[in-house]
Amino acid sequence: MAIQPKKNQMPVQDAKVRARNFKEVALGYTPEIAVAEANRCLNCKNKPCVSGCPVNVEIPSFITKIKEGDFEGAYAVISQSSSLPAVCGRVCPQESQCESKCTLGIKFEPVGIGRLERFVADWHNQNYKGEITVPQSNGHRVAVVGSGPSGLTCAGDLAKKGYKVTVFEALHLAGGVLVYGIPEFRLPKTIVQKEVETLKKYGVDVETNVVVGKTITIDELFEEGYEAVFVGSGAGLPRFMGIPGESLKGVYSANEFLTRSNLMKAYKEDSQTPILHGKNVAVVGGGNVAMDAARTALRLGADNVYIVYRRSMEELPARAEEVEHAQEEGVKFEILRNPVELLGYNNPDDRRDPKNGSVIGMKVIKCELGEPDEKGRRRPVEVPGSEYVIDVDCVIMSIGTSPNPLIKSTTEGLEVNRHGGIIVEEQTGKTSKEGVYAGGDAVTGAATVILAMGAGKTAAKAIDEYLSKK
Amino acid sequence: MYKIVKKRVLNPTVTMMDIYAPMVAKKAQAGQFIILRVDEDGERIPLTVAGYDREKGTVKIIFQIVGGTTMRLNAKNEGEYICDFVGPLGCATKTDGIKKVCIVGGGVGCAIALPVAQRFKELGCEVHSIIGFRNKDLLILEDEFRACSDKLIIMTDDGSYGRQGVVTVPLKEEIEAGEQFDEVITIGPLIMMKFVVATTKPYNIPTTVSMNPIMIDGTGMCGGCRLTVGGQTKFACVDGPDFNGFEVDFDEAMPRASAYADFERREREACCNLFTKEVK
Repeated sequence: MAIQPKKNQMPVQDAKVRARNFKEVALGYTPEIAVAEANRCLNCKNKPCVSGCPVNVEIPSFITKIKEGDFEGAYAVISQSSSLPAVCGRVCPQESQCESKCTLGIKFEPVGIGRLERFVADWHNQNYKGEITVPQSNGHRVAVVGSGPSGLTCAGDLAKKGYKVTVFEALHLAGGVLVYGIPEFRLPKTIVQKEVETLKKYGVDVETNVVVGKTITIDELFEEGYEAVFVGSGAGLPRFMGIPGESLKGVYSANEFLTRSNLMKAYKEDSQTPILHGKNVAVVGGGNVAMDAARTALRLGADNVYIVYRRSMEELPARAEEVEHAQEEGVKFEILRNPVELLGYNNPDDRRDPKNGSVIGMKVIKCELGEPDEKGRRRPVEVPGSEYVIDVDCVIMSIGTSPNPLIKSTTEGLEVNRHGGIIVEEQTGKTSKEGVYAGGDAVTGAATVILAMGAGKTAAKAIDEYLSKK
Repeated sequence: MYKIVKKRVLNPTVTMMDIYAPMVAKKAQAGQFIILRVDEDGERIPLTVAGYDREKGTVKIIFQIVGGTTMRLNAKNEGEYICDFVGPLGCATKTDGIKKVCIVGGGVGCAIALPVAQRFKELGCEVHSIIGFRNKDLLILEDEFRACSDKLIIMTDDGSYGRQGVVTVPLKEEIEAGEQFDEVITIGPLIMMKFVVATTKPYNIPTTVSMNPIMIDGTGMCGGCRLTVGGQTKFACVDGPDFNGFEVDFDEAMPRASAYADFERREREACCNLFTKEVK
């Protein structure tokens, strides 16, 4: 049988329709399409895809199960390595991980591994009726700080081994970046809640409204009887560019804009949390968060949404699928542009004019690509005299974050690097403080869901070894 | 869920509540704040800690009814619950090395200034308090301030109680009269704090301002509460809420504080209509 050169398309909502609603964009494979896609897998001997996965999911084995129509069996294979398959199938950058290594990809499009993972997880969530077997308690207590991808993974792995785990979450809802950051149209919140509910069934306690470092310190957690602590507190404070006008009204960090919309549901008409419904919105940055912010602005009713990015389309760090979806929905890419100033409204005749202090324009300068930097990405070089102004009434800065200082400043003996990230031993997630492990963005700075999960997994294994010896 | 143990109306627009939140009560210090949500789907709002009882496990909050959320909160009664209550957040007011302090409070800001004044009194400092209100009806916490102040000056805009005028007038008089304050701490409307700073600056008296910008998570994630302090971007939730008054860019902070004024007004009206309907 000849191999189909292209991936099976995943049904999606029509671009024009979805650009104005918050429902999930991609609708997922049907069982028929899933089997057809699975049949594209060569089941090659050296299975390079597995090494491309940060948590080493046994990809060919789960795909074989799909071929056989044993979807639950496929789920069992994935869940040996991944705690959050429904999440990863949606948000992993597969094109730079598993799918980038696929043998089929040498000549054709690689197997749609991410789409298949998503299909299997959704199938399980909709059809599985079996009960969870709660493992026998081993009597050890572990505290997990933060309920994002690394914390949930670490908690899940430990609970399955019989540990009594308590997850402390600063916000009023568990899920971390999965609930405050990634929008509903890309990752429905019911999926995250389902994962959290599953953890609770395994005996994990989730305590919301506890800010570790403030409400309780890490040392106090040990005093309360926890024998190990995993810190997965996530990325922290948003970065700004340091250009004039960043404090004007209508200028958001992506974190604030997305938190208002996602966690606080400000996109709903009757929400008690306000959000600016900009008509002309510029998002500065080229990562997944920038795409999320741009597409959210569109859904809030913007006429024009611009991604302002200082390099070219090739260097955009966002997932390929997010860039494609954003383009289809009508987001405009102002590439090779760097903002130099944000302009504000000022009515000289009326100091009490409520519009005073609101952003009305973004002055940008054109860039060209120069020599590669130390990471191999070509450096943007500004073209002198090429400035011009884009009319905007909302600006969203999405240029990364720096680590949260709360835990570091209240935990003696916890060492951080010069960027503020917690220093860990890579193979174990062990920090400089006895019994304390860390992972995810709190260690690496802003990265991906799957890398955070991988770190949570690594730490769970190390914590198990540490406490088994005790 | 967090229980409202006690509720007291301080004036027609300002209410005090004691909330049962033992973990927060155990750690709270003067100058810190909490974030609450009244109900599911509610907005997160920051309120400064107005007091705490570590033994009873309660935290005192005092709030002015300005928008929908504070109106909903005010509609709750003793024995009822609010959905979320998290803290204590931010840094405590610094007290080191201060022997004589002048506390300048304005309006509902006096509620936040009170625990700071009490804390200095506890530490044996000489405390002068200047508190200002629009009129007599809006005056709050007079007895409490009197109890912890070596000298108390009350000002009203219309002269209906105490002296007529703004807080900076007696502040300047005190300084001119030779009172040697180690520090002036001011809490109140931005415009008042701006003028307090302008008053103390010529005398170079260290002046701390307590900033209360718009916030969402309050834990150093969203960046909504950013301010320019000494030319740098600072976040009130983790770096503050207290800052060196001489360094804060008030002209930038003021328009930011009014970013959602329209929304707040609409919310308040919608909420009023809702409550009126319920009464009918």
